[in-house]
Amino acid sequence: MADTGFANLKFKTIVPALPVEDPTRNTSLIVTDALNLHYGEAQALKSISMSVRERMVTALIGPSGCGKSTLLRCFNRMNDLIDHVRITGSVKIGGQDIHSRDVDAIELRKRVGMVFQKSNPFPKTIHENIAYALRLHGMKEKAELDEAVEQSLRNAALWDEVKDRLYTSALGLSGGQQQRLCIARAIAIQPEIILMDEPASALDPIATGRVEDLILDLKKDFTIVIVTHNMQQAARISDYTAFFYLGELIEYDTTNKIFTNPAKKQTEDYVTGRFG
Amino acid sequence: MGLKRGHHARPGEWIAEKFIFLVALSAIVMIFLIFLFVAREALPVAFGKTSNSAVTKVITPDQMDKMSQTELMEYLELTPKQLAEMDKAILKELMLVKAEAAAEAPKDKDAALNTTSWPLMLKPHPWTGYDQPEYIWQPVSQIPKYNLVPLIIGSLKTTVIALLFAVPLSLAAAIYVSQLANPKTKEWLKPAIELLAGIPSVVLGFFALIVMASLLQGLFGYQSRLNAFVAGIALGLAVIPVVFSIAEDALTSVPRTYTQAALALGSSKWQAAWKIVLPAAIPGVFAAVVLGFGRAIGETMVVLMASGNASIVSGNLFDSTRTMTATIAAELAETVFGGHHYRILFLIGALLFVVTFLSNMAGDVIIHRLKAKMEGKT
Amino acid sequence: MPAKSPPPEPAFEAQLGRRRRWKLLIAKQETIPWSFQSTTFGLDSKVFTGLTALATVLILAILAVILGNVLVSGLPGLSWRFLTSGTEKDMFDVNKAGVMPMILGTAARVILMTIFVIPIGVITAVYLTEYAHATSAFTRVIRGAVNNLAGVPSIVFGLFGLGFFINYVGGNMDALFRPGAAEPVWGKPAILWASMTLAVMTLPVVIVATEESLRAIPPGLREASLALGATKLETIIKIVLPQALPGILTGGILAVSRAAGEVAPILFTGAAYYMATLPTHLYDQFMDLGYHVFILSTQSPNIEKTRPILYATVLALLLLTFTLNIVAILVRARMRKKMRALH
Repeated sequence: MADTGFANLKFKTIVPALPVEDPTRNTSLIVTDALNLHYGEAQALKSISMSVRERMVTALIGPSGCGKSTLLRCFNRMNDLIDHVRITGSVKIGGQDIHSRDVDAIELRKRVGMVFQKSNPFPKTIHENIAYALRLHGMKEKAELDEAVEQSLRNAALWDEVKDRLYTSALGLSGGQQQRLCIARAIAIQPEIILMDEPASALDPIATGRVEDLILDLKKDFTIVIVTHNMQQAARISDYTAFFYLGELIEYDTTNKIFTNPAKKQTEDYVTGRFG
Repeated sequence: MGLKRGHHARPGEWIAEKFIFLVALSAIVMIFLIFLFVAREALPVAFGKTSNSAVTKVITPDQMDKMSQTELMEYLELTPKQLAEMDKAILKELMLVKAEAAAEAPKDKDAALNTTSWPLMLKPHPWTGYDQPEYIWQPVSQIPKYNLVPLIIGSLKTTVIALLFAVPLSLAAAIYVSQLANPKTKEWLKPAIELLAGIPSVVLGFFALIVMASLLQGLFGYQSRLNAFVAGIALGLAVIPVVFSIAEDALTSVPRTYTQAALALGSSKWQAAWKIVLPAAIPGVFAAVVLGFGRAIGETMVVLMASGNASIVSGNLFDSTRTMTATIAAELAETVFGGHHYRILFLIGALLFVVTFLSNMAGDVIIHRLKAKMEGKT
Repeated sequence: MPAKSPPPEPAFEAQLGRRRRWKLLIAKQETIPWSFQSTTFGLDSKVFTGLTALATVLILAILAVILGNVLVSGLPGLSWRFLTSGTEKDMFDVNKAGVMPMILGTAARVILMTIFVIPIGVITAVYLTEYAHATSAFTRVIRGAVNNLAGVPSIVFGLFGLGFFINYVGGNMDALFRPGAAEPVWGKPAILWASMTLAVMTLPVVIVATEESLRAIPPGLREASLALGATKLETIIKIVLPQALPGILTGGILAVSRAAGEVAPILFTGAAYYMATLPTHLYDQFMDLGYHVFILSTQSPNIEKTRPILYATVLALLLLTFTLNIVAILVRARMRKKMRALH
């Protein structure tokens, strides 16, 4: 049964260097260098230089409008879809500059997945939502698809709740279930990096708890970057935290340090709730 | 918008608001009136109350006194009001005229038929001078023939050709403009195509007649210069803006979150458009086609000028053909007010009205069902 | 967490798939950095994008051919004399004939139409947006009626004009005002009846455009007025309608543009092949640009001789409808921009 699973996912891309097992020696996977982004006249990101470590959860925090979502969307080039966007500086994933001309944005998005703030399942059946993603990668056999769909739903902690209604519309699920379906869909194609844009902000506390447990579980195999408004959430689940303010990266360190002994006063004011 | 409960208007305003309400009813009233007045002229034929059968029992004028009012009314084909207005002398005149007409009746066996009856209007009949049963529309002749089938077939032929030409083209363009083109191009593309809607149908008919007909005949080498094919293509040009606008609107109103989700998974724009957006927009696309059908079958000037206007029944696309709309347009001016030909033309009009009304309704219903089905009530 | 299933242990089983994949990758791994090059050519994407783009281009090409042909062949005949003289002399000769009576006839019937259609259309739209309950069955019936009105074939409107306006209304008017007269005055094709028929036909256009502009006005504006103590009607007349004026204007212009080009409804309700004088009374017939195009195209004794004037007439008609359309689009675009600034 496990045979027909992920092992048969045909990945045609060249593979990354195998990650080392020791978590304390995780290498930098995403590296930005003096990244600037302009929406027309307004500058949304000001000279951001940071690195995201492999198989760690990195949280981006800060008040509304400080550029966290914009930065997130840089990592999978979703900003390409917006008019009048100008980017200078570089973003390198696995050493490769993702804005270079021989990089295909579509291939990039297959390796760097995204979960949106408002869940957006397709108006199709639950099974078809995930199968669509798998078919993009060339998986065709019904048995393979069924197996992979089941695995993703299990990994997203949704299988038990939907296993009897796989062929009903995804829009009939509750908000929390829909979001977990979107997560299942994103991880079905095994992207090495998962970007999450406030994934739990539209959910009730119980559903939020489930999503957070899921993230902690996924951390073992995926690199996760999560944007969140909720500082307690960042403190709970992330290993590294980056604090943004008005488009600038103010401080970036281990979560422990940011929340107990931040270096900058601005950071301290934010995490203790004095503003934002 | 505005107060609904506890809305107490002052007397002057109350009257004004009632007036507003009445005016708003006008749309319903209009639809009703249209059907009423078109049908009114057509009713006698529809209910089989007319007859142009020449060989009726001839009642001589002196027998008139023995007839009852209703018998007289039917024999002379008068309405009660008209009968009341006439005095005996006039009625005697009418009886004489009818007797003379009967005497002059053509000796043809067909003269005995009531060609305004439904069976003859719909089924083929072996007329004198033809070897086999034929569907013939020939109102101007000694024995007028009012079979509707050639006209119906003509309308259907041109409409189908128009749809086959226009729908794939418009749909493809709608997909391109809505999903695949970049935003800057979209800004002038959409209005440019909708400019086609600003061309009056008489101009399209003119273009088909003067330019397209010879061009297409040179290209395809068929016999009749004006035929269903030429008219169908020109009709398609009139249908393209309708189908394009509605389909493009439907595609654009699919929530962008679906496209974003698909792209974030690594789809190309085309894959997202074809597999996610188009299926979600099916109700609107269907509506576009239905409305295109309504537009095509109701169009008059284009087919009047470009279809050749020969009322024959033929499966050949390249034969001259006559549509229902062109028939009304061409022949109404020549008819006698209140005569059979006049009434039958109104009957065709009523038929057209019913067809477009029904297709509109059907389109609406199906769209609602499809929408409900897609929104998770499977 | 992953659900239970027969041995091996659930979490391990889920991991098994992943581990296996990593193992396979190790087997053929080289320490090459990440590369996001296209692995598939994406032929289907390119082909279909190409095809749909082609369809778009084709439509634009046909449009360009039609307009270009009319422009090139019609411009030579479009002289000032052409536009300002009548057809007393030979109607089919480009050097002698003129289309002024047709232009005036078209303009007159269209202006007359707006007198009828704009008040009725605006009031109906006001009712639909301001007073009607959005979900009541009655509202749906009205909307259904408006939609159906939009779909009625133009020739059926012609029949309606004949059956209702000319025969019924006109006939009764004759019976009332001039009983016993030999010739019908009102009960025959006339510019009044043609205009009213067109008003019925373009009613949906005005209703839809007006509704669109009424809906675009933020409810906050109405609430502010009501909160100051104005009545609902006062709010509508003094605040809402003035704001909606551009939309009403757009609707009117679109209706006019549509009506100017329609020939089928006026075939039996008032258009005349030739008239010696211009219409002076409401019960007169009139000449019309579109109808003239039809006549020239189908009734001309010598089509080659008539070509130049035919093209010139078509060009005149197109200039008229396009100018109106473009003006309407511009007004609508400016209105939308203003509305966006409001929100």
